[in-house]
Amino acid sequence: MGDHHPTGIKRWLYTTNHKDIGSMYLWFSFIMFLIGGAMAMVIRAELYQPGLQFVDPNFFNQMTTMHGLIMVFGAVMPSMVGLANWLIPMMIGAPDMALPRMNNWSFWILPFAFTLLLSSLFMEGGAPNFGWTFYAPLSTTYGPPSTDFFILGVHMMGISSIMGAINVIVTVFNMRAPGMTLMKMPLFVWTWLITAFLLIMVMPVLAGVVTMMLTDRHFGTSFFDAAGGGDPVMFQHIFWFFGHPEVYIMILPAFGVVSEIIPAFSRKKLFGYSSMVYATASIALLSFIVWAHHMFTTGMPVAGELFFMIATMLIAVPTGVKVFNWVATMWQGSLTFETPMLFSIAFVILFTIGGFSGVMLAMAPVDFQYHDTYFVVAHFHYVLFPGAIFGTTAAVYYWLPKWTGKMYNETSGKIHFWLSMVFVNLTFFPMHFSGLAGMPRRIPDYNMMFADFNMWASIGAFGLGLTQIYFLVTIIVAIRSGKPAEQKQWDGASGLEWDALPSPAPYHTFDTPPKVN
Amino acid sequence: MVIRRKLIAVMTSLLSVMLSGVVQAAAEMNMRPGVTETSQAAFDLHMMVIWVMVVISVIVFGAMIYSFIFHRKSKHPTPATFSHSTKVELVWTIIPILILIYLTIPAVKLLIEMEDTSESEMSVQITGSQWKWHYKYIDHDIEFYSNLSTPREQFENYEGSGAANNPNYLLEVDNELVIPVDTKVRFLVTAADVIHSWWVPDLAVKKDAIPGFINETWTKVLTPGIYRGQCTELCGKDHGFMPVVVRVLSKPDFAIWVADKDAEKVVAEKAAAEAAAQSWSLDKLMALGKTTYDAKCSVCHQVTGLGLPPTFPALKDSPIALGAIDAHIEIVVDGKQGTSMAGYGSQLTDAELAAVITYERNAWDNNTGDLVQPADIQAFKAGNK
Repeated sequence: MGDHHPTGIKRWLYTTNHKDIGSMYLWFSFIMFLIGGAMAMVIRAELYQPGLQFVDPNFFNQMTTMHGLIMVFGAVMPSMVGLANWLIPMMIGAPDMALPRMNNWSFWILPFAFTLLLSSLFMEGGAPNFGWTFYAPLSTTYGPPSTDFFILGVHMMGISSIMGAINVIVTVFNMRAPGMTLMKMPLFVWTWLITAFLLIMVMPVLAGVVTMMLTDRHFGTSFFDAAGGGDPVMFQHIFWFFGHPEVYIMILPAFGVVSEIIPAFSRKKLFGYSSMVYATASIALLSFIVWAHHMFTTGMPVAGELFFMIATMLIAVPTGVKVFNWVATMWQGSLTFETPMLFSIAFVILFTIGGFSGVMLAMAPVDFQYHDTYFVVAHFHYVLFPGAIFGTTAAVYYWLPKWTGKMYNETSGKIHFWLSMVFVNLTFFPMHFSGLAGMPRRIPDYNMMFADFNMWASIGAFGLGLTQIYFLVTIIVAIRSGKPAEQKQWDGASGLEWDALPSPAPYHTFDTPPKVN
Repeated sequence: MVIRRKLIAVMTSLLSVMLSGVVQAAAEMNMRPGVTETSQAAFDLHMMVIWVMVVISVIVFGAMIYSFIFHRKSKHPTPATFSHSTKVELVWTIIPILILIYLTIPAVKLLIEMEDTSESEMSVQITGSQWKWHYKYIDHDIEFYSNLSTPREQFENYEGSGAANNPNYLLEVDNELVIPVDTKVRFLVTAADVIHSWWVPDLAVKKDAIPGFINETWTKVLTPGIYRGQCTELCGKDHGFMPVVVRVLSKPDFAIWVADKDAEKVVAEKAAAEAAAQSWSLDKLMALGKTTYDAKCSVCHQVTGLGLPPTFPALKDSPIALGAIDAHIEIVVDGKQGTSMAGYGSQLTDAELAAVITYERNAWDNNTGDLVQPADIQAFKAGNK
């Protein structure tokens, strides 16, 4: 093969190859996942029983803040970009991403951004301690000095995400093989295209809000300081205008992944392809008009509460369509349950549970009881862990044979799945109960009445943490000594990557565009 | 026979223990119906949504499980080929819309009722600050701070201090908010530093306390009793340590409480005036200063005076504690804008202020030898006006 590329470290530093960059994104996100996970272990150790045992409250707040920031921006988002890099060119019949040099840059910003963010743990006054939502004025007037490093870090991640999103949009619009019309694209490409638009719309808003924080902190402005005529609630409006689409940025690509995997193992075409595309687009559009459902207790006018309540509940409709379509895809299929399918099925069931608690949270008069309790923590972990992370995990198992030309060990994969399934539920399900019983989130210590559920959640979390090591070992063993994979490893799989490319896929994918019927 | 009877007795008692455990666990697993009409309505709505979700789950997950069993490859080797049906897709778009409308109607009604603060019979202003609540009765001349009363050693040494025997661990305060039963009480909620949130689950009242803004909410409690809640918006280091406790009294008891408070106030004012009139010795100031400091100041500046820099500066060898007395009095009485240092002028008596300043100037080898008298504080406050 005429793959001209430098070897050693230079290959990775200079690479403009979508596969190299995709791999780096995925490994980077996994490292961040372990770091963010280690912080979750600190949190769960402290909450294992009442009393302050391991950390002081200020460090506890640093842990919850950094855990959230690292998981959202360092683990989930880069993992999705990694999948996009690997899969989109192969799926649409392109030789590479449209803007390869920018692709390199958008990856290499990330290690620096997160080094900056993580270094704040070692600074005087400690890391940011105001929660990943960094509400003003706790993060402005009252923020630790390291807040400025956090602001710079967020700017860098934002630039990286915007560049990644531009790359996806340009690639999808310009590099499709002849015959690959938009409505023939695999659903994963569709969901990523829509995600990319969301990113371009909201990352600048995030950049704006952190810049306003910076000027409030250092240049005498009072955007969020009531004493200077500003408004702390405005911070929340701007933040959540970014923050709500952000949750769909994290989940839509995972929707795409399971929409590829479920048909493959049902040996049946995806049910309702076009309604899946429209549902994804509707979710994306609705995500821009629901942001204030995070703010029902801030004293909004009733009219505002009603609007955001009803708009939010509407999201259940397109989301429901997706779930029903997945179920209909399995219906009368010819199902087998290999590891990627198991993770995808768990995704559908557990994400639906997260969706149910989402509808409950949308109802403003009851949200007053749920808001900022562990019920919310349970809700968003149900959509993020068995949602986004199971989605990525399913993708890794499903496409690993294509990426590496090696098969993972099916038994190990299944053990990984069942460990994940048991521990995810053991960790996050009890949080519904402690929240309903009245336990606020982000507290380092609690009354006895919350003790049982916290103990279960902690035990589950430790198990879930160890499971990730098992996952790492399974993947490394597969890459090093897995059995050679076939071109079409899964008999029910479809798409250019399976039909037109050998396993492993060559370094340069399509020198001449394939024909799509 | 005897053994069997004993066995049955043991079994039934075990069973009843288990059952009561389950019942108790169930009570701790769910939202509490609470003690107001709105909290009960919120609970009913909560249960209604849960049952709707259970029904949907049974149908959707049931269909999935049916597929897993009967459409697995071994049982169903040839897959069907259908891949869309406009009719079916329309049905499962419209049915969820109908379900949502069914859920929205009661929610809208309840929301409008919950946000109607008109025709209240009394008002309390609630101000959150790091990490305590201040209650001011607008219709009476009563105001006080409400601090966590669980002793520090209980959470710092949970096992050794017997904290497990404290049923109200972290949910108890020195001064409870006292309100009368069957009275529509309006709360005006605000904050002095960062955003806090005032929540009592049994009242179904949760409102953010936002600096510079006043939010309104209300409650009308049906049953006298003590109801406990917590701050629910991350507000810094001790966010987990600022509980809310509401004591609801019958109307006559509430009148007695108000009268007692008024009497207390007269006594306290007299005592403060007397204290201010005398000249205090260093020992006396240091003793009162230490108790006051440990109770109010050590949360941030630490018992050792070393603080948690840079957010909470050290007082040992600090330019404030070693510098000009007036500047020291000013920062303690008025606080410092833009930092977590709140003004203690209205939270402490003049004697306590004088004592704590004296303590800070002489403890931890600061040894300035300075004595600050209650009269100095009075003079400073008079100059302020």
